[in-house]
Amino acid sequence: MTSPFKNAAELEKHQKQLQGQKQLPSTIAVCTSGCVAYGANRLVDAFTKAVKSRKIGDQVRIIATGCQGFCERGPLVVVHPQEWFYEKVDGKDINDILDSALKGKVLKRLLHKDAKGKTYQKESEVPFYRNQKRLLLAQNSRIDPCSIDDYLRAGGYAALAKALTKMAPEEVIEQITASGLRGRGGGGFPAGVKWKSCRAAASKNGVRYIICNADEGDPGAFMDRALIEGNPHSVIEGMIIGAWAVGHPGKPQGFVYIRNEYPLAVERLGIALEQARAAGLLGKNILGSGLNFDIQVNRGGGAFVCGESTALMASIEGDVGRPRAKHIHTVEVGLNGKPSNLNNVETWANVPLIIDHGVKWFTKIGTGDVSDNPWGGSKGTKIFALVGKVKNTGLVEVPMGATLREIIYDIGGGIRDGKKFKAVQTGGPSGGCLPESKLDVPVDFDTLVQEGSMMGSGGMIVMDEDTCMVDVAKYFVGFLKFESCGNCTSCRDGLIRLHELLEDITTGRGSEATIQLIEDLAETVRASSLCALGTSAVNPLQSTLRYFRDEYLAHVQDQRCPAKVCKELITFTIDAKKCNGCTLCAKRCPQDTIEGKKKKPYTIIQDNCIKCGICMDVCQQDAVIVQ
Amino acid sequence: MTAAKTIDPKRIDRVLARHPQGKPTALVNLLHDLQAEFRYLPELAMEKAASYLNVPNGQLFRVATFYESFHLKPRGKHIATVCTGTACHVRGAPKLTDHISREFEIPVGGTTKNMELTLETVNCVGACALGPLLILDGEYHGNMSPAKLDRTLKTIKRG
Repeated sequence: MTSPFKNAAELEKHQKQLQGQKQLPSTIAVCTSGCVAYGANRLVDAFTKAVKSRKIGDQVRIIATGCQGFCERGPLVVVHPQEWFYEKVDGKDINDILDSALKGKVLKRLLHKDAKGKTYQKESEVPFYRNQKRLLLAQNSRIDPCSIDDYLRAGGYAALAKALTKMAPEEVIEQITASGLRGRGGGGFPAGVKWKSCRAAASKNGVRYIICNADEGDPGAFMDRALIEGNPHSVIEGMIIGAWAVGHPGKPQGFVYIRNEYPLAVERLGIALEQARAAGLLGKNILGSGLNFDIQVNRGGGAFVCGESTALMASIEGDVGRPRAKHIHTVEVGLNGKPSNLNNVETWANVPLIIDHGVKWFTKIGTGDVSDNPWGGSKGTKIFALVGKVKNTGLVEVPMGATLREIIYDIGGGIRDGKKFKAVQTGGPSGGCLPESKLDVPVDFDTLVQEGSMMGSGGMIVMDEDTCMVDVAKYFVGFLKFESCGNCTSCRDGLIRLHELLEDITTGRGSEATIQLIEDLAETVRASSLCALGTSAVNPLQSTLRYFRDEYLAHVQDQRCPAKVCKELITFTIDAKKCNGCTLCAKRCPQDTIEGKKKKPYTIIQDNCIKCGICMDVCQQDAVIVQ
Repeated sequence: MTAAKTIDPKRIDRVLARHPQGKPTALVNLLHDLQAEFRYLPELAMEKAASYLNVPNGQLFRVATFYESFHLKPRGKHIATVCTGTACHVRGAPKLTDHISREFEIPVGGTTKNMELTLETVNCVGACALGPLLILDGEYHGNMSPAKLDRTLKTIKRG
């Protein structure tokens, strides 16, 4: 970067220059998102050090990227331009990788192998990636998120230049509406319709807020984090286009409300914003268009409810995050009483793609027909965090309308450890659990709702036979009980009571009447809460009752937990035939309640057993049985 | 308050100076920065922040107690955070919290008497492939089990 771009031509010139520049022969891209948990940062340091000490800085470039997706096999490394995909990379592989990159010969031992032993060289050939459609995540393993030049080289900010110089704000809104882009946070409200209302809303001094909701609170979901950590400029570009469409000419102001539990995302977003300011893409008279716009980052405080738009705005105002009734929409009266347009991270990231490639291209992907009704289908792709008991845990992007089976089996590789599939939970704490019979349901905004779940923001948690569905329902109700802001009695107290009732069932104190009471109370909570947290809080509960009622009945009729999860309903015993008396379990038992003689079978004295499961973890003979 | 004696007001002022004066939109960010400085929110810092932002003390305490991230009491030297996201939950995260609670005799959110360890939970850090996950002083430990916990927490003094 040299000086700020004064107009679109300067931007284009710089872009062409970057694209014409000769690249170093090799770029080694190390995932530093989820892979950090595997020690990927140490890997980047070691690579950088090795490149320096071997004096090959003129041949190899090391970049720390955002999430590359295949978390299960981390740490991941991709070597460009060949796109060689290496998994489970260790510190001692570094010199081999560098050698192979210099020689242009692939390093076979680190390539991905499928169950049949077939190896794959390229990232795009690996089955996990092959069955996806990566548009939003396309650049994640290619660009350095801390380099605006990388983003520009890949064609970034071209959509912004196009919108600001060749399209009137109304035209941008028309395009977004025609594309059928719907809110990726889970609400599914057509973005174009929202933008139009916000633009039309009266604002005395012309202030309109453009807000990005990055308060990704759903447990088991990390789509937004991956986008911000991997390609922050795509989100920023979307927001600037939004500011043009919604707030120009006027005084649009931007906010990103981001979860503080994502320190790396906060950091990379901050760097990207600084770069955009330095490039003249934020600030006064952006690209000579007359648009004045800047973005401020507000960190969340760890309250799930702040993902709700009105609560989020209250939080930015410096207050507690309590939702308000939306008789008057936030597009009219939102943050500081001004018209406010809030979209999710993934929604914003879609905007440059649509402006760049056009409506036709975008509407080819997905389901339904949005030509005369923006609610008529689900267009584009959706990112999911595929987690839980699935073989290939990771971040996946698929076209709308892909079936659950395609996602879980073709991409996810099925269930781990040879276990049996039981359920898939989508939509986070507001969603539901679907059984095997629903695996062929297409995933889009509308179909999953009909089945008693929802697509939500993109968490997809796979559960196997060892997962107790009553426990899962209790988990979500417990989560929401804690996260309820306390405003509505039905949500605040109703969830507490529901949690107690579920506790009764999981501890063997429940009866069929308890189930009846739960069903009645759940309906009350749904009917009489103000915001979406309360009204959808009972979804996980109701969907498990709908599809897994037999498990509830097993708990109350036979005092049995079929998945062997609920502590009060299980016992740990030692199989005398398998136990070789190694004493390991007796030594580790925190209750000292395992007795026996060395080299003879041990026994667990049940009175003191707290069912912590340590004996089972440490036993190397698989002699500990749960019943 | 004894705590107030040990807190250097200059440290508070330095943090405050990084934020615009009299603007409540900076409130949550400001609390985060104060907590980053002191590892919790000392009473004196809260009072100074309220007058700096020109909001009532009550509002600051209301906000600080509403949000899960903020702590009004000093925390331990080490912080063990168990991820209790859904993916970690189905892979056995409750066993981890139970185990630490029992071994160190502290509830979730509690700190040992010798101020060595605080046990906390977080609703998901997005490292779901490695669940169940323990974060000890910012470092991630994946695929945890109660048996492995003993090794990870070995160096922390009981009491």
